[in-house]
Amino acid sequence: MQGIRNFFKTFLLWELLQGLMVTWKAMFQRKVTVNYPEEKTPQSTRFRGLHALRRYPNGEERCIACKLCEAVCPALAITIESDVSIDGTRRTTRYDIDLFKCIFCGFCEEACPVDAIVETRLHEYHMENRGENIMSKDKLLGIGERYEAMIAADRAADARYR
Amino acid sequence: MWDWSALREWLSGQITPYWTFPLMTAVQTLIVMVCLILTMAFYTLAERKVIGWIQARKGPNRVSVPFVPLPDGWAQPFADVIKLMFKEIIIPADANKFLFRLAPFLALIPSLAIWAVIPLRPQHAFANIDAGLLYILALTSLGVYGIILAGWAANSKYAFLGAMRSAAQIVAYEIAMGFAMVGVLMASGSLNMGDIIEAQHGGALSWNWFWLFPLLVVYFIAGVAETNRAPFDVAEGESEIVAGFHVDYSGMAFALFFIAEYVNMILISALTVVFFFGGWLSPFDGYLPEDSWLATPGFFWFGLKTLAPMFSFLWLRATFPRYRYDQIMRLGWKALIPVTLVWLLVEGCMVYFHVGPWKGHS
Repeated sequence: MQGIRNFFKTFLLWELLQGLMVTWKAMFQRKVTVNYPEEKTPQSTRFRGLHALRRYPNGEERCIACKLCEAVCPALAITIESDVSIDGTRRTTRYDIDLFKCIFCGFCEEACPVDAIVETRLHEYHMENRGENIMSKDKLLGIGERYEAMIAADRAADARYR
Repeated sequence: MWDWSALREWLSGQITPYWTFPLMTAVQTLIVMVCLILTMAFYTLAERKVIGWIQARKGPNRVSVPFVPLPDGWAQPFADVIKLMFKEIIIPADANKFLFRLAPFLALIPSLAIWAVIPLRPQHAFANIDAGLLYILALTSLGVYGIILAGWAANSKYAFLGAMRSAAQIVAYEIAMGFAMVGVLMASGSLNMGDIIEAQHGGALSWNWFWLFPLLVVYFIAGVAETNRAPFDVAEGESEIVAGFHVDYSGMAFALFFIAEYVNMILISALTVVFFFGGWLSPFDGYLPEDSWLATPGFFWFGLKTLAPMFSFLWLRATFPRYRYDQIMRLGWKALIPVTLVWLLVEGCMVYFHVGPWKGHS
């Protein structure tokens, strides 16, 4: 009996017709497309995008060249060289992040004791020449200066969860 | 719809009457071909739109032309054509150069040539030949040579596998399709396309689809398989054999295969309408008064009815995953062909015992 019922179910394409009804209904559903450059999806304050190096409000670099980020980086994307600066403090002479190696895990940010290296919300960037994938110290500080307001606001919003 | 007599008279004043007929035919053919290619172009857009909607997306909505009040995205086919035209046509070093160049044309020409016998409006087809159905069967079978030669000439294993699959599939489904056509033939008693439509006259319920419903289903499924469309698109199954028979084609050479596939889909839709949905006949014929414009047969009805199977092609593609190859063969040989044979028997009994609309000829 079951066999006969199965035969007719298959033969009359019953399940295929059910499938067709599903897609027919789906055709009139609300469309979820986001027209990207004009519309954007909301971003978390914890979004891990392009990196930046921050400064203290008095203009002093936060980074103390402890190299914890370099040590924790699972992709070995960070290269740091350090020296004693004119005022006798320990500072980086070189701070490079290779964006091609970076996996944007955010470990560097978590390892940093002084909140110097951070990942910002920026994700719409591109490179046009070889070598531009290396984010040097100047570039990272530049991003930090330019987006300090946004970075500070994001850290403040997330502070109570840290 | 059109009145050609003015052009014909003007032409016969200009040239000898001997040349009037070929010239008129050439002009009409050109018009139909251009309309067909435009339909095909917008059909590709419709496909992307419909599949997008079904997947809760919007589909192409970027390309448009300034100052043309049409929905955004309508010019997408033209953008695609321009892109394809600027691409290089690469011919593989080990390919058979002659066959490689010939194959796209072999695929495209039959699908365009079949339109000669399709009656677009009452009492009009470019070639109103008596054996129209045979001509169609012959040319649809010819189309597969383009695919097989493309797969062979490219000298690539993926292309070759695609071509072999396509060949076996088309052989299997051609039979079911042929039997479905035999059913239509029994109903109308003629091989002429115009007569097949005339035999269905008298409103939506006297069309063939009502009495030959199993054959309609078989014909349409076989038609989908014949055009290598999803869910029967193993010939180009991109997850297994990259793109099948046209892996090595690029630019406009690929575009020709693309055009051939879509023109074939429109063609199968048009043939479904001619065989089972009364071609240019009005569905209200016999239900509304004679002089009502809704009851008059014409190209309007033919075009409108053709859109439904055309949409079904897209709907099927958006719904079903690809059949496995042995499932395709099983469906073709062990399901579709027996169904057609049984229904031919039933139809024979109906004709013999004078049941159904075709009482005249037995």
